[in-house]
Amino acid sequence: MSARDEILAAVRGALRDADRAEAPVPRGYRSAPSPADVVALFAERVVDYRATLSRCTPADLADTVRAALGPAENILVPDGFPVGLGGAADADDLDSCDAVVTTAAVGIARTGTLVLDHGPGQGRRALSLVPDVHVCVVREDQIVPGVPEAVALLDPDRPQTWISGPSATSDIELNRVEGVHGPRTLHVVLVGS
Amino acid sequence: MPAFPAAAREALADSQLRRNLAHATSTIRAKRAAVVGEVDEWEELRLAGAAIKDNTLRHLDEHLLTLEAALQSRGATVHWARDATEACDIVARIAHGHGVGEVVKVKSMATQEIGLNEALAAQGITAWETDLAELIVQLGDDLPSHILVPAIHRNRAEIREIFRREMAAVGRPAPADLTDDPAELAGAARLHLREKFLRARMAVSGANFAVADTGTLVVVESEGNGRMCLTLPEVLVSVVGIEKIVPTWSDLDVFLQLLPRSGTGERMNPYTSTWSGITPGDGPQEMHVVLLDNGRTRALADEVGRQALRCIRCSACLNVCPVYERTGGHAYGSVYPGPIGAILNPLLKGVGVDEQTDSLPYASSLCGACFEACPVRIDIPEVLVHLRSQVVDAHRGGAPKPEAVAMKSAAWVLSDERRLTLAERGMGAAGKALNRFGRAVLPGGRRAVRRLPWPASLWTGARDLPAPPPESFRAWWRRTGRR
Ligand code: SF4
Repeated sequence: MSARDEILAAVRGALRDADRAEAPVPRGYRSAPSPADVVALFAERVVDYRATLSRCTPADLADTVRAALGPAENILVPDGFPVGLGGAADADDLDSCDAVVTTAAVGIARTGTLVLDHGPGQGRRALSLVPDVHVCVVREDQIVPGVPEAVALLDPDRPQTWISGPSATSDIELNRVEGVHGPRTLHVVLVGS
Repeated sequence: MPAFPAAAREALADSQLRRNLAHATSTIRAKRAAVVGEVDEWEELRLAGAAIKDNTLRHLDEHLLTLEAALQSRGATVHWARDATEACDIVARIAHGHGVGEVVKVKSMATQEIGLNEALAAQGITAWETDLAELIVQLGDDLPSHILVPAIHRNRAEIREIFRREMAAVGRPAPADLTDDPAELAGAARLHLREKFLRARMAVSGANFAVADTGTLVVVESEGNGRMCLTLPEVLVSVVGIEKIVPTWSDLDVFLQLLPRSGTGERMNPYTSTWSGITPGDGPQEMHVVLLDNGRTRALADEVGRQALRCIRCSACLNVCPVYERTGGHAYGSVYPGPIGAILNPLLKGVGVDEQTDSLPYASSLCGACFEACPVRIDIPEVLVHLRSQVVDAHRGGAPKPEAVAMKSAAWVLSDERRLTLAERGMGAAGKALNRFGRAVLPGGRRAVRRLPWPASLWTGARDLPAPPPESFRAWWRRTGRR
């Protein structure tokens, strides 16, 4: 018998006497009351992760992003990014790029999380990973209260990267240190309407 | 590996280890309590997590087939592995097929369980662990001792020594002036590993969840080494235990809340990656998924023990366990330490096979803290007791174990009112005598006995025995005339 058939047969054998009735799954957590001000909560939680945050209007976006980039020279700006900043859309040698700018698909208030689904303005997954600085732009109307709302909105067929603060490790005596492999600096730009 | 009691005694004597562990587990406990307290619907989430996993396990055969079809339709190749050897051979074959002599790895319990690194090494393929803690463990020629913080037993001075001594032989050396500042140590690891990420052509991962209906794999991590492995190489092989399935994408809304808060005590871990097969132009263009049994169907067949397969490897049960906190993970002699290890190892391997595994269900005080902490409500104490009886049954026929004799005589005494009264009087007398000779005083002021003659020394060798009170509760009740 092939490994596949043998494993499936073993599963069926193990469940022969089991009660196969489905247990009800309580889903009340999906209707938990929303925080009063999701945008304020998102901003607070982002900073709590030691990411930096600026807020701006659509008109100020280009200037705000430029300020966030600071002295970075080699900048990646994926196709579809809402404002023109110069910079390359992609690179073979990502390690030589100083910073990357992306948009996001969703922001989650309760956890301060940004979700990238690598659509327009977000680039392929490695872009927001290898450069040391990541400036991520999210609109206030993209912010949802919690994880259930985000999961409901997102399309599983797209690869996703959920980002909560800069890369971090707590492996050394549980001291949180930013940036082992991913960007050591995460700057979130929150755009109002 | 010696059985748990022997290994534990050794660990208990290592005061540095106990200090490192006490600091680490108390820190995580406090963080976890704070972020769990923020979630009003926490109990409901636990119930939902347990119910989803139970429903999945009850129909595991169907979900496996759904997952297989979904993965294939998205361009992934699906392999099935009955045991560790079969799984390792599949990975090695893929590596050979691409002519690669090294792979980068993101920390994965499943690949540790099957001993993948050693198996690949035997076939001339080097596997580089890229999680910082796993790197410390690998360079130190050591074993992981915690599910989420594998180098929890090491402090910064030890880590600096390991980096300075070992890094040069396997790649970029540690900077000559490396101090023991955690940020500097992490910086050294960043440079050392980046070289490996950028040149690797094949990566190996596990998965925290595998969504059956969409063929989505999910990896939860902090450092970004996972993302490096999942997106930079050309070929990605994921080794996934068959219990990792959740039925639908939307079920993730439970687990992505439960896991980070229970594990590292964060609202959300820094990075979560999800992918459903191949995305043209983004990430590896060849993907393999190895569906691993390796004892899981054996565990599934155990009616009481089955619930252990709900485990999402958050490690909350380790951090609250008084036994783990004092002995550390190595004493369990296996990849899965702590309370979950004490039940999962015997369930996966079967009892009565080796003494070490059989000793694990006894590595607990049955205090119940693990059940309280578990985000998917695995009743670990219940399974421990169930497995103890299996161990006893497996050894029936040979000479009875001292525990069995003690339990039998306890049952004989406790089942009869008159015998119990007599025994209590004896205890009272013994207690008076012991109190007189008791050397230690326990917290709370009660006297304790440090050392009893054999065979009771087997007990007092590792713990203090509270001296019995001079008067039993029942005697006091009768004397004071309360009803
Ligand atoms: S048994 Fe529960 S608490 Fe322990 S690691 Fe598994 S899920 Fe976490």
